[in-house]
Amino acid sequence: MLDLSKYQSIGEALRDALDQFPNEVCLIEADREREKERLTYREFKARAHPLAKALQDAGFIANDRASIIMTNQSKWLISAYAVFFSGGALVPLDYKLTPEEQWQLLRHSGASVLITEYPIWRQLSTSPGRAAATKLQTVLVTEPPPNADLAGARRWEELRGEGEPVFVPRGCKDIACIVYSSGTGGRPKGCMMTHENYLEQCVALTSIYPFWPGVRYLSILPTNHAIDFMVGFFGPFTCGAAVVHLRTLRPEFVREAFPKYKITYVSLVPLVLKNLQKGLQTRFDALSPGKRKVFNALVAINKALTKGRPLPGISRLLLKQVHQAFGGELRTIIVGGAFTEPQTLQFFYDLGIPVANGYGLTEAGTAITVNDLKPFRADTVGKPLPGMEVRILNPAPDGVGEVAVRSKTVMSGYLNEPELTAETIVDGWLMTGDLGRFDATGHLQLSGRKKNMIVTEEGKNIYPEDIEAAFESLPVKEFCVFAANYIWPKRSMVGEQLVLVLHLEQGQQLTDPLRQDINARNNRLLNYKRIHGIVLLDEDFPRTASLKIKRNALAERVAHRDNATAVLPL
Amino acid sequence: MRTLEQTTQEVLDLAATHFQLPAGSLAPGDDFFKKLGLDSLQTLEMLSRLENHFGIELPDYEVQGVSDFKTLAERIQSRL
Repeated sequence: MLDLSKYQSIGEALRDALDQFPNEVCLIEADREREKERLTYREFKARAHPLAKALQDAGFIANDRASIIMTNQSKWLISAYAVFFSGGALVPLDYKLTPEEQWQLLRHSGASVLITEYPIWRQLSTSPGRAAATKLQTVLVTEPPPNADLAGARRWEELRGEGEPVFVPRGCKDIACIVYSSGTGGRPKGCMMTHENYLEQCVALTSIYPFWPGVRYLSILPTNHAIDFMVGFFGPFTCGAAVVHLRTLRPEFVREAFPKYKITYVSLVPLVLKNLQKGLQTRFDALSPGKRKVFNALVAINKALTKGRPLPGISRLLLKQVHQAFGGELRTIIVGGAFTEPQTLQFFYDLGIPVANGYGLTEAGTAITVNDLKPFRADTVGKPLPGMEVRILNPAPDGVGEVAVRSKTVMSGYLNEPELTAETIVDGWLMTGDLGRFDATGHLQLSGRKKNMIVTEEGKNIYPEDIEAAFESLPVKEFCVFAANYIWPKRSMVGEQLVLVLHLEQGQQLTDPLRQDINARNNRLLNYKRIHGIVLLDEDFPRTASLKIKRNALAERVAHRDNATAVLPL
Repeated sequence: MRTLEQTTQEVLDLAATHFQLPAGSLAPGDDFFKKLGLDSLQTLEMLSRLENHFGIELPDYEVQGVSDFKTLAERIQSRL
């Protein structure tokens, strides 16, 4: 691994990594059963440098912002490298957002370059939101059909500058990425992440979960997500490891990839992990009674032997068939993006497949705590990573309070939002809005949220303010969307839902046409953003002098109602 | 060559079989996330079934953001 303490920027470290590991494989890309390409670090450089040169020739300079909207693939990392090499700041956006949402964030970020793939550009280019992104000058589109109308964009594959690009150095406090942790429709929260944030996080994470040449990381979580950016790009590259991309994320092809590419690490969201568990359990249940008995005995032996720490060699011997299905080389499944239920974590650990459960926020530079497996604990999110100061604010008698974090990995602030930044980072401490406590062994246990938001099992952060636009001009007196847990706090991180609080006009009833209107609007939202119930409140919403709803005060008023009867089904 | 109506009907029948629902219980305009309570992963599994049935490949981007059977059938039809 490179000694990252010597580096000031992501671009500088990546530049040296390409020279340090020229013959190691860095990228494998597969589409279904077909392997599309396999690149060494030397070949990666041969692809990335002409792109960097072309960007520079087109006038891209230090601190310019370039956005990537792409599914996981080689060209994502090649493009990102070219941006960092040229001193730019990267704006990785979620390819699953709607074109309107993407344009909104492109405009907010001030990106002058957009790198995207043809099917996404086809939708973006015809969206009315395009007019708003006035700073955008260059659009590069990958893999367009030969005669496609590119609507002003250029072909990524043809953008190759002649000669060597100039490396543009950046300081460790300069902005490396603007990562949107939420905020489409409401106030976009663009986390300004510095080069230091990433360098520090990389050192901390790889001290517990190391990469080395030969390691293969299966990249499934979107690379715009903080976790995959770190463990599916920057981490493995600074260690000479390889990243495997799949262009199709159908479960059967993902399953095949494990044995085919001998995967070492993979990151998953809890939903996918639970699905894997379900699939395995079905297979175990189908075993004949005799085989089942033997299998259970082997699991029990493995469980006893690995109580103190994982013993991958022994587990692979004992439970050979299970491990072979995962390729026989899998060391750890990294799970993130949302809370994972302890029984799922325990299920995998008992099979000899440790799950690195942790807790993090984009604002904190990915992970805050992680389970170091010494020993494995399913009931916590682990201990703070090296360099992380974590404390519990105003703890209740049971020790539960708001989790606050101070570290070199904490973002420098939200882009263009000084007030929001000041509310979030207080005296150098990041207020996470999550509730938790430390146990006697220093493990953090999470137990709910203080903030008005939900996180789905697919790792999506949903802020109620962001989805209120869908209910704009609803024919009622006023409305507000809340996370149910915010109104009626419960000590849980699972099954979180959104509710729509309605104040009807005098004499108005919740009629079928009104319900249908609400349902129709709700259905236009992406499935994970939908509300799950309605709460009627027969009083004026508390508002500020500028007529904004006082959400805290409104939540308190609604909280007087019994949530079992107050929430009406849609 | 199938008509769009035929394709739509086959999509509905297949989805009903896949999720063990009575035949005829699904309609073209149904939102499969809501009607079937599917998550993104189950949707991908259903797509694989449909691909095998129609003998086509549906790239992930083609079905991004699609949540009703009618639109799904249209995307399939365009690749038949």
